[in-house]
Amino acid sequence: MASKRLMYRHTGTVRVLHWVNVLTLTIMLMSGLQIFNAHPALYWGATSHFSRPILSMEALQNDQGRTWGVTTVGSHSFTTTGLFGWSKGGDGNDTERGFPRWATLPSDTWLAMGRLWHLFFAWVLVINGAIYVGFGVLSGHLRRDLLPGREDWRRLGRTFIDHARLRFPRGEEARHYNGIQKLAYLFVVFVVGPLIVLTGLTMSPTMDAGFPWLLTLFDGRQSARTIHFACAMTLLAFFVVHILMVVLSGPWNNLRSMITGRYAIEVAPDGEPGAERE
Amino acid sequence: MNEIISTRRRRLLLGLGAGTTSLLLGGCDRLSNLPQTQSVLSAAQWLTRGAQRLLVSRDALAPQYTRADIAPVFRPNGTTDPDNPQYQTLAKNGFRDWRLLVDGLVERPRSFSLADLRAMPAQTQITRHDCVEGWSCIGQWTGPMLRDVLALVLPKPQARYVMFFCADPMDDGSDYYYESIDLRTAAHPQTLLAYDLNGETLPITYGAPIRLRLGRQLGYKMAKYVMHIQLVSSYRTFGQGQGGYWEDQGYTWYAGI
Repeated sequence: MASKRLMYRHTGTVRVLHWVNVLTLTIMLMSGLQIFNAHPALYWGATSHFSRPILSMEALQNDQGRTWGVTTVGSHSFTTTGLFGWSKGGDGNDTERGFPRWATLPSDTWLAMGRLWHLFFAWVLVINGAIYVGFGVLSGHLRRDLLPGREDWRRLGRTFIDHARLRFPRGEEARHYNGIQKLAYLFVVFVVGPLIVLTGLTMSPTMDAGFPWLLTLFDGRQSARTIHFACAMTLLAFFVVHILMVVLSGPWNNLRSMITGRYAIEVAPDGEPGAERE
Repeated sequence: MNEIISTRRRRLLLGLGAGTTSLLLGGCDRLSNLPQTQSVLSAAQWLTRGAQRLLVSRDALAPQYTRADIAPVFRPNGTTDPDNPQYQTLAKNGFRDWRLLVDGLVERPRSFSLADLRAMPAQTQITRHDCVEGWSCIGQWTGPMLRDVLALVLPKPQARYVMFFCADPMDDGSDYYYESIDLRTAAHPQTLLAYDLNGETLPITYGAPIRLRLGRQLGYKMAKYVMHIQLVSSYRTFGQGQGGYWEDQGYTWYAGI
């Protein structure tokens, strides 16, 4: 019969940084949607070509006075009443707004406050992220736990199929991140993270004066805004999948490991994984 | 025994998690309404300004664009036709009677007519206008550099900020639009008193007879319908004390991002 042993999985530093990041990213996303709502349309290039946005959320009214929320992506329009473009305001009446009340910080339309939250926690995000990367490099966490090895690459296809079938690693295998996890974390930390910070800075007219190459890199301020939004949606998708995986692969065990650091793994009776006993 | 403790702990932690989340989401809304929250959060603007001052040199120019980049329809920001009888009288007469008073902490207060300003050396710059809402438009602006105008009135050493008082009434006429910038921004070569847009006399929609143009800050800093410029040591005594009409509504004074 297999028994369970607790192993030490996450260091205190990683756990603290993780929860600070949860709070920060939540505030950044929701205040970001508040800011987006001030002009719920995205463009490509240096300026806003108001007649041809890449994405827009608006309210459209017909002759009878009925109103719909309409989201347009490229040349395709979708009815999104109640969600995007037309949803309940603070007084309970339907109103024109990009994202709905429950998704924005503050709930009410309040750009100034959204910017205050966003541009304060932007500092927290960057400092938290810099500490994580600094710690990751110095402690060997990145090299040891996140850099995929030859074995990870070889088994990537297998890991992918297992994940799709919701078969998660057990026992010895569960002691380490698998290839997909490593790549997903590295992608978020070293691709999406820097990209969302740089595109955010590109929207600053002062930064554009000092670093005009930012505009060249992202093909203009409005493109940077669009990429910034796409990065935020990528982080949201990462978050959804992350939560899904946490729940499917043992929510209590995962949650405990990110709070106390201890993670239970199954060991065969004769196996000696060298894990600490509780 | 262990199982029981574990279940209790599990419930406690899940409860804590759910409680924290709902507190956070509901709490953030309540926190937003506290003046303390607003003042703590808005303090980050000084960190941002400090960082940007370290990273971006005093004279670094905002990117300039070409004629081909000029927006076919430039979206106006703010007021588009001031509901102010005095202003409307000036406008009817093509602003021939308009005078820009420049005073405050200066050695030689002076008022300028539009002709005076047009007689000064002018800059023509094709730059991007970034609205705090998120959109951008490119236009070509012409006018004297503010620093040339200030050089004629000789600012006193105590002067630290330049106030702009405007003709557009706000909030049903209970006050008027105003703005302020520091002397460092006032001395920047892209800080203009613009009287032309895209080679034509600045229309009323865009702030006639002159509007402030800044290369490196957001649209709301760029006061339209400027009537009076005053050099001061502090902007705290004007309006609600935050340095501008939108600043008084909670927008940051440093609008560099």
